[in-house]
Amino acid sequence: MRGAIVVDIERCKGCNLCAVACPLHLVSLSDTVNHKGYNYAEQKEWEKCIGCATCAIVCPDGCITVYRKKSEE
Amino acid sequence: MTKEELIIPENKVYGRPTLMNDTPMHYCPGCSHSVVHKLVAEIIEEMGMEEDTIAICPVGCAVFAYRYIDIDWIEASHGRAPACASAVKRLWPKKLVFTYQGDGDLACIGTAESIHAMNRGENIAIIFINNAIYGMTGGQMAPTTLMGMKTSTCPYGRQADLHGYPLHITDLAVNLEGTCYVTRQAVNTVANIRKTKKAIRQAFENSMKGKGCSIVEVVSTCASGWKKTPEEANQWMVDNMFPYYPLGDLKNTVTD
Repeated sequence: MRGAIVVDIERCKGCNLCAVACPLHLVSLSDTVNHKGYNYAEQKEWEKCIGCATCAIVCPDGCITVYRKKSEE
Repeated sequence: MTKEELIIPENKVYGRPTLMNDTPMHYCPGCSHSVVHKLVAEIIEEMGMEEDTIAICPVGCAVFAYRYIDIDWIEASHGRAPACASAVKRLWPKKLVFTYQGDGDLACIGTAESIHAMNRGENIAIIFINNAIYGMTGGQMAPTTLMGMKTSTCPYGRQADLHGYPLHITDLAVNLEGTCYVTRQAVNTVANIRKTKKAIRQAFENSMKGKGCSIVEVVSTCASGWKKTPEEANQWMVDNMFPYYPLGDLKNTVTD
């Protein structure tokens, strides 16, 4: 399985719950801030993501959209 | 596979429910309210009740709930949401009617309305967010505040001789004949979020089938009121709230 997430940066409040929940520890808060001044969530090493949607389910503000596809390899 | 090839609508597996609009939520970062809002929007969508739902807002942190989910809402006076919902459901029996209340609204000022609506067996669903504190007004002691817990109005911790004991409103609801489904859930992990979703779904279905009053208590965090980070708040809830408010179904008389 290959997955990827898209974060609605302006909606994110940087609560860090997605980073805590990610079983592979691929999500972390960015060094830069959005217009509200929050360090938003971003995905590092997206190649490892399996698209389990854990981060998106725990996200209180619904900022994360998850995409998943069975990989051909 | 590049990221651009993966991020296409056919591969989308999870996203914000369409019923939830783009208005940024006023809740603090990591608030449990937002998770429950998301679940409510998802369930109404799955049930296909977008046009047939009337929800009642409380006074408290969720006072602006009507801004975020595109269904019909009524803003009730403080604590009077169950009374308001009773009237709506009696006049519109085919509509899905639920209240969304916090512990200050349901367990303090609205205790009479809540208990009597449950006792009358009104065919409504009650979602009860219990975070053991008054979040909106700045972290004062609530009836559900735990023993020894520090808030701005009990800075030395809640003491039995001065403040009395925490009110277990859902445990009271179990003994009322009008209630058909009483459960206590949480939204701190994916497993608990799924269980809460199932519980709210059942409460909504009970409302539509006319089985009686359902109450879903969601043990929640208040990171700002508890003066913790969202992550610490979740852990504090597991360590302190769950022993006092154990999760699980307390009553379920609906068999089919």
